[in-house]
Amino acid sequence: MAKVKKHRIAIIGGGLSGLMAALKVCEAGSEAWIFSYCPYKRSHSLCAQGGMNACMDTKGEHDSIYEHFDDTVYGGDFLADQQAVKGMCEAAPELVRMFDRMGVPFTRTAEGVLDLRNFGGQKNKRTVFAGSTTGQQLLYALDEQVRKWEAKGMVKSFVFWEFLEIIKNKEGVCRGMVAQNMNSMEIKAFAADAVILATGGPGQVFGRCTASTICNGSAVSRVYQQGAHIGNPEFIQIHPTAIPGSDKNRLMSEACRGEGGRIWVYKDGKPWYFLEEMFPAYGNLVPRDVASRAIYDVCVNQHLGVDGENKVYLDLSHISAEYLERKLGGILEMYSEFMGKDPRKVPMEIYPSVHYSMGGIWVDRKHFTNIPGLLASGECDYQYHGANRLGANSLLSAAYSGTVSGPAAIDWANTGERGSELTEEELEAARQRCVDEFEKIVNMNGTENAHELHQELGELMNKYVTIERVNKDLDYCFEEVKKILKRWDNIGVTDHGHWANQEAMFVRQLRNMILYALVVTKAARMRDESRGAHYKREFPNRDDEKFMKITIADYDPNTEEPIITYEDFDHSLIKPRSRNYAVAKKE
Amino acid sequence: MAEQKFVTFVIERQDGPDSKPYTQEFDVPYRPSLNVVAALMEIQKNPVTRDGKKVAPVVWECNCLEKVCGACMMVINGKAQQACCALIDNLKWPIHLAPARTFPVIRDLLIDRTVMFESLKRIQGWINVDGTWKVHEAPRQNPYTAATAYEISHCMTCGCCLEACPNVGPQSDFIGPAPLAQAYLFNINPTGQYDEEQRLNVLMEKGGITSCGNSQNCVEACPKGIKLTTYIAQLNRDVNKQALRNIFNH
Ligand SMILES: Cc1cc2nc3c(=O)[nH]c(=O)nc-3n(C[C@H](O)[C@H](O)[C@H](O)COP(=O)(O)OP(=O)(O)OC[C@H]3O[C@@H](n4cnc5c(N)ncnc54)[C@H](O)[C@@H]3O)c2cc1C
Ligand code: SF4
Ligand code: SF4
Ligand code: FES
Repeated sequence: MAKVKKHRIAIIGGGLSGLMAALKVCEAGSEAWIFSYCPYKRSHSLCAQGGMNACMDTKGEHDSIYEHFDDTVYGGDFLADQQAVKGMCEAAPELVRMFDRMGVPFTRTAEGVLDLRNFGGQKNKRTVFAGSTTGQQLLYALDEQVRKWEAKGMVKSFVFWEFLEIIKNKEGVCRGMVAQNMNSMEIKAFAADAVILATGGPGQVFGRCTASTICNGSAVSRVYQQGAHIGNPEFIQIHPTAIPGSDKNRLMSEACRGEGGRIWVYKDGKPWYFLEEMFPAYGNLVPRDVASRAIYDVCVNQHLGVDGENKVYLDLSHISAEYLERKLGGILEMYSEFMGKDPRKVPMEIYPSVHYSMGGIWVDRKHFTNIPGLLASGECDYQYHGANRLGANSLLSAAYSGTVSGPAAIDWANTGERGSELTEEELEAARQRCVDEFEKIVNMNGTENAHELHQELGELMNKYVTIERVNKDLDYCFEEVKKILKRWDNIGVTDHGHWANQEAMFVRQLRNMILYALVVTKAARMRDESRGAHYKREFPNRDDEKFMKITIADYDPNTEEPIITYEDFDHSLIKPRSRNYAVAKKE
Repeated sequence: MAEQKFVTFVIERQDGPDSKPYTQEFDVPYRPSLNVVAALMEIQKNPVTRDGKKVAPVVWECNCLEKVCGACMMVINGKAQQACCALIDNLKWPIHLAPARTFPVIRDLLIDRTVMFESLKRIQGWINVDGTWKVHEAPRQNPYTAATAYEISHCMTCGCCLEACPNVGPQSDFIGPAPLAQAYLFNINPTGQYDEEQRLNVLMEKGGITSCGNSQNCVEACPKGIKLTTYIAQLNRDVNKQALRNIFNH
């Protein structure tokens, strides 16, 4: 056998995508150096409750991979690269079998095979699940496999290290990265044969969202500032059913609707099941953007929200307690725990919340970014979901994209035109720049509190850049976010120390978040049409002539603002047709 | 307008691993369904003590705020639990927060749980799959056994059970309840059972299962309701059987 060359691949992120990539790297005989804010098994992937899509076709419905492919493209309102989506749907069943072999305790039928459930935007049962904690179980399985490789010395873990930026050589190729230990505050430069970013979504840019506190998009924003293209940033998915909270909007899984949950409000003193009335073909199972807009309309425009507030009922109380326990146990427990009411007996009160970013770092089908040597996979990339993501498709895309980015990184390390290695001086210069930046922050003595500023940013973004977007409001929002960016300079920190200084790290993340907020807002302003999650009353229709294009955002270092351009993409396999969930999907 | 109610937090702080602990008190504006993490976030926005001193914000760890990542474990009013789902309304005021000192303290409420992840290596906490590639089939599983596996697989490595266990701590090398239950989890998997013997042998060593004094504290502490003592007892039987086999095969 030919000797395989041992490379070092730096992977930022220990969620599903990062860990999947790491396994592929190790199997190819190379070392994976994984950097993460937290032990991998605490990554945000574990919050996913509902399930993962794959055409298993074990329910006598003649489900097909083509149908999964078509549902994804249609659900994404035809803005996804169709070749890429096809690849993902084809690989899905095999990925499920891999997870099954790794010991994921999937929910099973009496026969001992994997059970399937319904999910929004799909007529067939296609979603494998592990009770109500699918993401947790999938993540644990990969975490365990990675631990095995760590015991063998092929994985080097940098847990509680924050990625700061990439390092390019003279030729502009990414050959390393800088990171900081979150306890000792040590900043270090690392050389690597390729860097894979798998840092998840940017939910915290919106303050309150369904994501974990570490989903701040900071890493994505930083590589954008270093020249990476951002693709389709304006497409932010709003999940229709979350429990509003001051610290976090807690997700009520779409599985509640999948298992028969009904959404309603009182109208003229009687329950009004408005989704069932508006969309007879799909009823409560319409995709997320459609459901969110309907709820928004009923609450904000028709003032029919529960108790006059922005809330509607999600009702399971008509379903038998035994069935609910078996199918949704953990989810319902969460509602009781955080709200003190039993959803088996009384309808839950929910409202839409920022949930997922379809957009992210632009990548090609092998998950290379436009910066040579830098790859991206998982929620931080822009691939697969177009203008709207189907439920249970992102555990799939996170895992699948890792199976692509890992081997692609190895390919690149073997055969890419990587130019010169980083010299000691170059590594040290990159490190010093990050040290200087950090020292400046530690010594900030202004009057603004970073957490207060973050809250203001979130409120702005939530108000103007979510369910309904209006051009003049977006203009206003953009200017306001720019003011927040200015005010960032006037932050004061109370902790001037060099040990586990979470405050200083947050100040640095916040600046990255603000710059990313500008990207989302500007891209939303420029797209004068409605497509998937992006909706403008002024332009209520999809405009394929002008906007059947992906948005590309580039950082302008002079203004610190994004430059927006548009690019064509591959939609050759399925002809675009209008997306209408009032009637059954036509092919 | 009704007068704003405040809830007082008495927080045990510590600047670094070797520094001396001290306490500080903070008042946080009350609102219904406020939890401990949300309260700590309020302190971040305004890190001023009850006696008006501006201080460094309290340091702690959290991610999911949904009781699933395990990060936010701390000792609240004397009991180890997850802070994100500890509702103010269910706690006695003033509320006392302290780090879980079974583990080394990094700073304030932030602790170092590396030992738990190392234990997972020791018990070989994984299924020995050949690789991520296609092997066409996954074994069918008894749905009832799979349901047990599902329960144990909720363990979020929070460490509540280790903090509650009288036999875990600097005085002993006992591996603790969570990793024991995990060993059992892998042993009942159709593929994982092939490596059962190795896992059982590890647990016969010093600091293994024999250090459990069966005091039942762990099962009461587990926020995920994992029946720890039930599985530890079953595992104990398996270890004993293995010990006999080891003698006869020698
Ligand atoms: C509440 C909720 C429920 C969901 N339910 C479902 C579902 O049922 N089905 C489905 O398909 N999808 C679901 N999703 C979406 C899905 O969970 C995520 O999109 C997916 O898990 C993302 O995986 P990832 O690997 O890309 O990122 P993540 O799991 O978010 O991992 C990111 C990793 O990057 C690390 N990181 C980030 N920034 C840095 C940095 N600067 N330095 C160092 N490390 C860093 C983090 O520590 C973490 O390890 C849900 C999402 C939410 C919010
Ligand atoms: S039963 Fe064993 S593991 Fe559990 S608390 Fe008691 S001694 Fe610790
Ligand atoms: S067994 Fe329970 S208490 Fe112990 S670490 Fe796991 S989840 Fe926490
Ligand atoms: S923050 Fe994840 S368990 Fe509390």
